Amino acid sequence: MFSLSNLSYKAQRIVIIVTFSFVPILLLLTFGYLPVVGMFKYAFTDWNGISPNYHWVGFDNFKRIFTEEKYYEGFLNSIYYFGGSFVQLAIALYFATILSFAVKGKNFFKGVLFFPSMINSVAVGLIFLFFFRPEGTLDTILGFFGITDPPKWLLNTKIINISLVGASVWRYLGFTFILLLGAISSVPHDLYEAAEIDGANRWHQFKYIILPSIRRIVAITLILSISGSVAPFEIPYIMTGGSNGSNTFVIQTVTTTFSYSKYGMGSAMAVVLFLIVIFVTLLQKSFIKEEK
Amino acid sequence: MANLKAPTARTFKYLTLIIGAFCALAPLVVVLFASFKSSQEYMGTGPLTPPQDWFNFDNYRTAFVKGNMLTGFKNTAIIMAVSLIGNILIGTMIAYVLQRFTFKARGMIMVAFLFAALIPSVTTQVILFKIVHALGLFNSMGSAIILYLGTDIIGIYIFIQFMENISTQLDESAMLDGASYFTIFAKIIFPLLAPAIVTLLIIRGIGIYNDFYIPFLYMPDPDLRTISTSLFAFKGPFGSHWETICAAVMLIIIPTVIAFLALQKYIYNGFTQGAVK
Repeated sequence: MFSLSNLSYKAQRIVIIVTFSFVPILLLLTFGYLPVVGMFKYAFTDWNGISPNYHWVGFDNFKRIFTEEKYYEGFLNSIYYFGGSFVQLAIALYFATILSFAVKGKNFFKGVLFFPSMINSVAVGLIFLFFFRPEGTLDTILGFFGITDPPKWLLNTKIINISLVGASVWRYLGFTFILLLGAISSVPHDLYEAAEIDGANRWHQFKYIILPSIRRIVAITLILSISGSVAPFEIPYIMTGGSNGSNTFVIQTVTTTFSYSKYGMGSAMAVVLFLIVIFVTLLQKSFIKEEK
Repeated sequence: MANLKAPTARTFKYLTLIIGAFCALAPLVVVLFASFKSSQEYMGTGPLTPPQDWFNFDNYRTAFVKGNMLTGFKNTAIIMAVSLIGNILIGTMIAYVLQRFTFKARGMIMVAFLFAALIPSVTTQVILFKIVHALGLFNSMGSAIILYLGTDIIGIYIFIQFMENISTQLDESAMLDGASYFTIFAKIIFPLLAPAIVTLLIIRGIGIYNDFYIPFLYMPDPDLRTISTSLFAFKGPFGSHWETICAAVMLIIIPTVIAFLALQKYIYNGFTQGAVK
């Protein structure tokens, strides 16, 4: 009977390298790289996803993405999400700083602030549909403060994106918070003590000790949020399906491809998104290199 | 002056923490309230009013039975179990090869995995959909399983880092006893990787439990609904029955709460480790 241990270690080495890497690499190529190749190929065609025939259309799809409003509208809405990511970072940084010092109920607050980022995305969507309902939670809370005529949070085209970004911030804040908390807690504690002896207050400690030590992770979070804000999908899709002016580029890509069977167009949109994200990531990589 | 300032700062600190906790919890608590209210009670009371009867589980029953949530939990459990086992096996195997052996293609493989992590997954779905179709996996659990199965650079990094701290002397002494490389992997390395495996199980497990995109795109068959897609299906037929929808939301959050309370430390570490690489 064949047994691995009968072979010499040299032969075993080859057997184990080949058999252990075969499946992971096959999966990587099939589901990681093949789609990218296909995406670039079909982006220049009018393929409908079913027919074996399709035509080469050159850069037509790309021209339409940047000239037809229904396609580029999603990018405009990204600005809201981008703005939201700054708010998210600021709040996360504030709470991470406070909670890295002695606070009563530290674990409770830490857990409560983090927990939303563990919740199922569909659940988050429904929670906020409920939250923003007319005469719902938000309106009732505002009523306590004397605001009796609140806007229609998810119907008013001027406000809808802000509401959706609010839900996104609620969902992702905890994640940013826990990352920053981890980074801040790795700052050696005697630095604070030394600074305190020199008469530094909390703000000085934040500005001169904490911020410089976590600069890198703050930068990474910020840059990631650029690529994150081009591609919001789950929350807006679940909550509004992209209606009332809340369309995002990814929602449009999904509907163009899967509802209208425009695979060529969908591929072109995917290529645009792909290039943006790659560009941002390279920016991040070069930034980190500079830091080192 | 200084004496006066300190308590104010303290008050401000706790005030903001309480506001923060309130904002994090309020959207959840109102859902919990509504889930225990009867239809009439829901219509007649404000969202911030607690339910009259905290043991009114009618909505939960309706959500569970009419919303077919049992199917959702069952499917999610199957998909999670199979793909997590596969994911761990594949991840530890490739990490073992990459960390313990030096060979020509090693660097290339690392770069291939690294670069793949840069590809935004939402963009590749357009073509991925066709590939899954061509493999005959569309509308089967196989589609989700195979897509979750593949390992990525974060998993590989976590395993490699951990493996670097497992002394190669262990391998060498096993080799003196005539153990094959496979035996070394299965009997020595794999068991010692347990803490890293736990970390990865948690990150991946939460990811799969919460994923909406893949089951939504690849398994539209109602019998194949996962918890995410069965919850999404509540939007239509239960559109105006918010008390039922709220119960369904709670049903899905409860396992998350339990997992969070039980595994807090691992979860914090897992997320921090997984993200910064």
